Amino acid sequence: MSRERSVLPGFGLTVGYTTFFLSAVVLLPLTAMIIKASNINHAAFIKLLLDPEAVASYKISFGTSFLAAIINFVFGFLIAWTLTRYDFPGRKFLDALIDLPFALPTAVSGIALTAVFAQNSWLGMHLAAMGIKVVYTWIGITVALTLIGMPFVVRAVQPALAEVQRDIEDAAETLGASRFTIFRRIIFPTILPALLTGFAMAFARGIGEYGSVVFISGNLPMQTEITPLLIVKRLEEYKYVDAAALGCIMLAMSFVMLLSINLLQAWSRRRLFVGKKR
Amino acid sequence: MAAGPSKQLLAELATRPGHNTHIDKVIRWGFICVALLFLAVLLIAPLITVLSSAFSKGIGVYFHSFVDDDTVAAIKLTLLTAAIVVPLNTVFGVAAAWAIAKFEFSGKSILITAIDLPIAVSPVVSGLVYVMLFGTQGWFGVWLLDHDINILFAVPGIVLATMFVTFPYVARELIPLMQQLGNDEEEAAITMGAGGFMTFFRVTLPKIRWGLIYGVILTNSRAMGEFGAVSVVSGHIRGLTNTMPLHIEILYNEYNFVGAFAVASLLTVLALITLIIKTLVEWRGYRRR
Repeated sequence: MSRERSVLPGFGLTVGYTTFFLSAVVLLPLTAMIIKASNINHAAFIKLLLDPEAVASYKISFGTSFLAAIINFVFGFLIAWTLTRYDFPGRKFLDALIDLPFALPTAVSGIALTAVFAQNSWLGMHLAAMGIKVVYTWIGITVALTLIGMPFVVRAVQPALAEVQRDIEDAAETLGASRFTIFRRIIFPTILPALLTGFAMAFARGIGEYGSVVFISGNLPMQTEITPLLIVKRLEEYKYVDAAALGCIMLAMSFVMLLSINLLQAWSRRRLFVGKKR
Repeated sequence: MAAGPSKQLLAELATRPGHNTHIDKVIRWGFICVALLFLAVLLIAPLITVLSSAFSKGIGVYFHSFVDDDTVAAIKLTLLTAAIVVPLNTVFGVAAAWAIAKFEFSGKSILITAIDLPIAVSPVVSGLVYVMLFGTQGWFGVWLLDHDINILFAVPGIVLATMFVTFPYVARELIPLMQQLGNDEEEAAITMGAGGFMTFFRVTLPKIRWGLIYGVILTNSRAMGEFGAVSVVSGHIRGLTNTMPLHIEILYNEYNFVGAFAVASLLTVLALITLIIKTLVEWRGYRRR
């Protein structure tokens, strides 16, 4: 590694330590999994990944994560807007509480949501009367993933909304633009990259989520079995290669999502920065 | 972030000409009501449920849940895991932040992405990778078996999986903060003859302490609450390899709801303390991003 000259010490020590620790704790185990999965031939690998139970689990994981991210796209924006633009009693308290799903252990979120939506609970009874069954269905999985993904969208949009230039909004209003036009032509384009970043983060988190889902989903094979759970199941059956193959697919998916999020963040920064320089 | 707009600004906006019409009020209260309803169902209801279920059979039964030997063992194991993981990841986070914020070098963006990786990876995969390393069919499995060393389904495996999952948090807090604060003071200290460690402890640490505190608290909170990764490597041996979140699952599956929610209430209090400290840190004038 080469570097520019700096008077500050510790380059060798900190970079060396960081690289060593990172390799030992993160990169070495990841490599072990990839090599385990590549022990079998190409055709067998594809066959493992296209196993009907695996395919059903992808559909459930992707479908519910996508739906939850869409819900958060809409409601996350609405919450961020309410918290940045309006004043009402308890606003600061709610703002602090937004990070709760991030701080609360997933197992706790899981059993708590299951209890909230169970058929014998107040909310569950009313939903059941309307013919909606949440617990042990895909709806329950979506609810859990909505909770888990919500802070990502709100926290991505809040700073972007604060950056929208009030004087441009005022100018547009002076020129006779309606509220809807101002939103559509000025506010929405400014915050769209941030909103998409939050969407991608919520989606990525949803695909990998385990703890909050397993309690509410009921874990029925082919119906409410998410991909992370299928990995656990394969491990319990001592099918290590199957588990490693599924793990590799999820890892590849994480890479793609991480890359997309980085690109979206760069776009978001560029857009806000251009706005500032004017 | 949490600071948001000032009350004066919001009040001024609401009273500007053309900004307090009937339609504005309808939109404003519509937004506020929908947001409150959404958060009430998703955040407040689960919080209340944890506490009301834990105390549903009275305060005596609640405290009696903690008399159980397996529950005490789970609490002890969780504390032990956090006591090992948090210091190690804190030292790593500080070193990584120093390397990334203070120097320009090739491969820096790859290093940053690699540090972020554990956040993007599913917790189950985070546990799985250690099975591939230390399991009987893993790389070191046979060697470990021959030397009678237990890593998987034992405490070292739980510690490693927890370390993997909570790896990036301190570094992610500190990197943007240290980049934003710049190097001028450190360079001055070094030029005047201070050593590297002295410069760090006397110049850098006081500047970044609030960010560091939040990073450590967040790492601790995630370490004590990790479920998926630990679940894969623990083996679920009662009294030996069950952490608090795993113990919650066992109690819940045995229909011991009071016990499960009692243990959950401890972790909920920890999460609330984490949020309070986060808010305090932000009030200290330090803002993330």
